[in-house]
Amino acid sequence: MPERTKQKTHIEFTLNGEAVEVAFAPHKTLLEVLREDLNLMGTKHGCELGECGTCAVLVNGRSALSCLVLGLEAEGRSVETVEGMASPAGLHPLQETFADTGAAQCGYCTPGFLLVAKELLAANPRPTREEIKEALCGNLCRCTGYIKIYEAVELAAARMRGEELELPREAVYGLD
Amino acid sequence: MKLSRAPLAEGGDGRETAARGDPFVKARGIYTVMMRLPKFEYRVPREIKDAARMMADAGPQGQFVAGGTDLYPNMKRRQQTPKTVISVGRIAELNRIEGDGESGVRIGAGVSLTDLCEHPVVNRDYPMVAAAARTISTPVLRNMGTVGGNLLLDTRCNYYDQNYEWRKGVNFCMKKDGDVCWVAPRSSKCWAVQSADLVPLMVALGARVRLVSTVGEREVTAEGLYNDDGIDYLHKRPDELLADIRLPPLNGWRAVYRKLRRRDAFDFPVLGVAVRLDMGEDGTVKAAKLILGGIAPAPLAVREAEAALVGARLDPERIAAAAEACYVKARPLDNTDFIMNWRKQMARIYVTRALEALRDD
Repeated sequence: MPERTKQKTHIEFTLNGEAVEVAFAPHKTLLEVLREDLNLMGTKHGCELGECGTCAVLVNGRSALSCLVLGLEAEGRSVETVEGMASPAGLHPLQETFADTGAAQCGYCTPGFLLVAKELLAANPRPTREEIKEALCGNLCRCTGYIKIYEAVELAAARMRGEELELPREAVYGLD
Repeated sequence: MKLSRAPLAEGGDGRETAARGDPFVKARGIYTVMMRLPKFEYRVPREIKDAARMMADAGPQGQFVAGGTDLYPNMKRRQQTPKTVISVGRIAELNRIEGDGESGVRIGAGVSLTDLCEHPVVNRDYPMVAAAARTISTPVLRNMGTVGGNLLLDTRCNYYDQNYEWRKGVNFCMKKDGDVCWVAPRSSKCWAVQSADLVPLMVALGARVRLVSTVGEREVTAEGLYNDDGIDYLHKRPDELLADIRLPPLNGWRAVYRKLRRRDAFDFPVLGVAVRLDMGEDGTVKAAKLILGGIAPAPLAVREAEAALVGARLDPERIAAAAEACYVKARPLDNTDFIMNWRKQMARIYVTRALEALRDD
């Protein structure tokens, strides 16, 4: 038999607030580990090369592209995916406003946008439109555009500050 | 769309190589819906000396990785196929910024580009460095990518930065797996382009880098780090680890970086202009460094433009002369985004804008 390395590596890390253990082939990316070994399909597989942003997750609170992070690098760290955003109390304000304003069309880019927006709002609860554009510039939406996404982030930021924000009427679907 | 069924693996040893056919499908026997990393051994040292020793052990098949934003896409496309990958991401000593404008600043190679952009001393004393770093890629990729990784970025080319099947389709190029340069087929040299934003600026500033290996350590100028060859693009042995970069003290010089790209949100430079001017008391230029990036395998110092600027005030005639010299010297080839003639013309405009930004009035 030719020599062959089949060994899986075994790590522990915090995933969406819970301690998890997982075994996987050591050259797998965090994206592959999340989707294939932990069966969390919320993190999307897009360009695979760091160009589209849909696979973004938070590692120790900082956004990273899971397609370019080894699963091994999660060891001992805290990873948050879109599955961790909602709580028993309901959706995260960003998830609510993305739905309210129609900021998702096909939805494939949405998990990446949500997590990067969450990172932005944690650091800056009152971002300007320019700051939102800059923060989200690595996330690509190919369906429609970015205006509704910016508006959703602005609305969520306002709600998280305990304020209500008046959006242009044509930007809001189904609120009445 | 119909997905093609990949052939089943035929009991091979699992160590698929480019030479033995399609590396993605061979070992798996499943639909090829994903570009995966090839197998490799991964090592995570905590000290610089351990990293150097691991690299010495790994030999020519070893490769350092920091943020992985350059290496891992290249590995997925089989442009780089190291057998041992040594992560420097958990070496605390590489993750520091020390000093200030008076003493000069030492930036660890493992500092993330986000941390560089946000560092208070860098923003106060070297705002041009923070501004240049902010033009690199996107916030998420700057969280991952490092200063060292940007300085050592693999050269880029339209015929090289493609997946394995694409490159196989043109019978490969000399930078990886082939023997011809598709940009200049009669050339014996690879013309892949130096495409990192910090590179021309660090060369213009006169920054120095420290390289460490098991043999010892040495310090070289940033200018001396780059070689005008798309394959052998660094004057650095593969076993040497880039440990840190030292910015010179502030003593009357000023500098700027300007970048041309298709999308302002997110693109590699297809032209970068970095200028450092040392000004005398009377407002004349005592010394000038003008470096073009993104147009050749190495950052290009335009001596004629530097000579045009020295000895006089920075007036519109001098700026026009320097911009003209850069236009003449810039000879981009047709291997990046945009057509090459337009990129050449943009050299004049971007050099003018960079120099205008350094004027007092």
